[in-house]
Amino acid sequence: MTGTSILASGSHPILNMTVQRLGLGLLSLAIVSAIIFTAVSFLPGDFATAILGRSATPETVAAFQQKLGLDKPWPQRYVDWLGGALVGDFGDSFSSRLVSTVIGPRLANTLALAATTAVIAVPLAVFLGIVCARYRNKPVDRFLSSATLASISLPEFFIAYVLMLVLATKLHIFPSLSSIRPGMGLGEHLYRMALPIMTLLFVTLAHMMRNTRAALIGVMSRPYIEMARLKGEPEMRIVLRHALPNAIGPIASVIAINLAYLIAGVVVVEVVFVYPGIGQTMVDAVRNRDVPVVQACALIFSAAYIVLNLIADIISIVSNPRLLHPR
Amino acid sequence: MTNELSVVAAGDTVLSISDLRIEARVKDEWLEIVKGVSLTLRRGEVLGLVGESGAGKSTIGLAALGYFRAGCRLAGGSVRFGGTDLLAMPESRRRALRGTKIAYVAQSAAASFNPAKRLMDQIVEAAVTRGGMPRRDAAARAVALFRSLQLPDPERFGDRYPHQVSGGQLQRAMTAMAMICQPDLIVFDEPTTALDVTTQVEVLLSIRKAIQEHGVAVLYISHDLAIVAQMAHRVMVLRYGEAVEEAPIASIIDAPRHPYTKSLWAVRNLQGASHAATGDDLLRVEQISASYGTFKALDGIDLAVGRGQTVALVGESGSGKSTLGRVIAGLLPPDGGTLRFDGAVLPPVVRKRGKDMLRRVQIIYQSADTALNPRHSVRKILGRPLAFFHGLSGAQRERRVLELLRMVELEESYADRLPAQLSGGQRQRVAIARALAAEPELIICDEITSALDQIVQAGILTMLADLQRRLGVSYLFITHDIEVVRAIADRVVVLNKGRIVDQGAKADVLSPPFQDYTRLLLESVPEMTPDWLDRLVERRAA
Repeated sequence: MTGTSILASGSHPILNMTVQRLGLGLLSLAIVSAIIFTAVSFLPGDFATAILGRSATPETVAAFQQKLGLDKPWPQRYVDWLGGALVGDFGDSFSSRLVSTVIGPRLANTLALAATTAVIAVPLAVFLGIVCARYRNKPVDRFLSSATLASISLPEFFIAYVLMLVLATKLHIFPSLSSIRPGMGLGEHLYRMALPIMTLLFVTLAHMMRNTRAALIGVMSRPYIEMARLKGEPEMRIVLRHALPNAIGPIASVIAINLAYLIAGVVVVEVVFVYPGIGQTMVDAVRNRDVPVVQACALIFSAAYIVLNLIADIISIVSNPRLLHPR
Repeated sequence: MTNELSVVAAGDTVLSISDLRIEARVKDEWLEIVKGVSLTLRRGEVLGLVGESGAGKSTIGLAALGYFRAGCRLAGGSVRFGGTDLLAMPESRRRALRGTKIAYVAQSAAASFNPAKRLMDQIVEAAVTRGGMPRRDAAARAVALFRSLQLPDPERFGDRYPHQVSGGQLQRAMTAMAMICQPDLIVFDEPTTALDVTTQVEVLLSIRKAIQEHGVAVLYISHDLAIVAQMAHRVMVLRYGEAVEEAPIASIIDAPRHPYTKSLWAVRNLQGASHAATGDDLLRVEQISASYGTFKALDGIDLAVGRGQTVALVGESGSGKSTLGRVIAGLLPPDGGTLRFDGAVLPPVVRKRGKDMLRRVQIIYQSADTALNPRHSVRKILGRPLAFFHGLSGAQRERRVLELLRMVELEESYADRLPAQLSGGQRQRVAIARALAAEPELIICDEITSALDQIVQAGILTMLADLQRRLGVSYLFITHDIEVVRAIADRVVVLNKGRIVDQGAKADVLSPPFQDYTRLLLESVPEMTPDWLDRLVERRAA
């Protein structure tokens, strides 16, 4: 009782906590941006020398650096950069195109891949997780649990190459390279994305399903579940109506982690299938020492993680009846 | 749902359990935990199942619904409900009976209500989904039940979530949930054990009224014979899964046939001789206030503990008695006030107290399971304070460990055991020995016998009194149990909502004239006579 009264001491505990989480989210974003900026600035090697070649005179190098703003002290560069980033302007890339023009279409591709995968993976994972929790230790649960364990244990590039070998090289069902061009029809688009989607499905589905199952099974050992059984409620109703509402918090957070992975963690899959996404872009930018692009990509990746986890946090706060309905 | 069972007529046998045997899985073995219990229960009858922990009461209660917990299995016997064997029918038919014809009221309503759903949704669930009742009708019936169970604002009570109502109200709401389908049989499993005594009275009264009005058959499970005496017609005393004796309530209390039955009120029979303070105060608490966040837990507490004395700190949950223990131990810094120990001011935070000061004040908790490191042997548990406070090592330390074990009446061979290899009472004895290892002058005992069975409690209380005589140690004994206070205290301090409402020598506080709250507390303690509740109601009405 004491705990509740402390939590409920503010006028709107949910609002207070949500605002607090938002503040923390912004703070982490600020810290992460500073880390990215400094870390990348201190990378060995110099872009100007790399572009202009070893024979460049110091004057040319200085002029080049001035043009790119590299001669200013780094705190000022950081503030300029962050100010621009806030309004979506990441400045010029070293290859003299706007960073946003380099990244924009690639980010759209990555988001398309992430969204398509998520639309399939999230409902399917939650559904299978519920089935496993309902038929715990029955054959269907054992099968799904070991299958997902296997798919989690395999590295994603391995799954990608196996799928490519079987479905593209041997059976010729899908293309092995997912080259996407603007102006392609939706059907064509999806057809070319099929193999990366499948690979990502294997990885995320398993993780989300296992966590959904574990969250539900954790709740299923609570006394109120036994009470529902003693009231004679059917098992499926118990899982859906009594256990699920109490497992929303942990399920939301595992979904958030996986969605963030779909945006920020797909580098390997994009490289394997030569899919023109943001991961590819970052890899290329690192190779070319295109610092502004690397920084922008890193910032987008971190923002995706922070924002999605923030949403999951807020969902689990809101799904707590003690906070939603204070005494 | 249409019920295939014929409606049971008044006076008919509702439940008949014969030679019920249930096994539980312990590691890799199946052990019998219910060993051939038989009972019958007629409409309108209340049968009490009494026994201590591990007697198999709840297992039998659940078997009356044809339900076995995970890790338990049926080994033999039958459970006939209205003529049909529940254990022989398919699960779907058993499930159809649960919640509609046979209902269950669990011990902890706070844990047994789903925190994410409104009370009304949970209470009418069985009636609507399987009783075939329109929700509106079921809700109306629930409101009528709320009213008859004296719940506040019955029209809107169901709109609340479980955490929004008090423990006593939740327990009554669970009774309403059990009655919603007008079942033929209700199993009450320790329905008031988790409640304070003053709340317990109200809940007992409303449960009893509801039972009488609806004329159901009731299996009433409790470890407290005094409670069962108020509710049941007949009592079955269980021990280690066997019926020790079964008789009408009056003859169980007046003429128990089995010595075990008598041990069920062992603490009541303890007669503690109280001794006067020997002059100087060991501990003085002066104007202590403390709070958790904005919640004020203690307000202006003044009390003293004499050398070699036992002061009992009594109160209901939330009264601040454990908080005061924590403040004295230095675990919670107070907002204001002074602690004096042996004349000197005691620093408020434990870190500021010297090693010798720490040695002189020890604390023992209610749950020895969590207070002892499960991976340390008894020898190591007792050896650490010996090394820390007294610098003992080797043979000297070993000798002292064995000596401490003898002091708490445990055999020397227990030094090699892990806490998990001890019973609850033995674990608490080890916790006491650990406190004694420091050779303290004051021991704060926080509800140290509350989780134990009566006879084990009686043994520990007697031992503590004995140790006090030999060692001259003082106890600050925090408890909610008046019987324990009667058995051990010299002085009594009554706390209510963070304030001291009464204090004095035991004889003064616990005998008339009473202070108002002390009277309420004392008269709420069930007495070992079947008409206690009736007389209480009469007295309060007068």
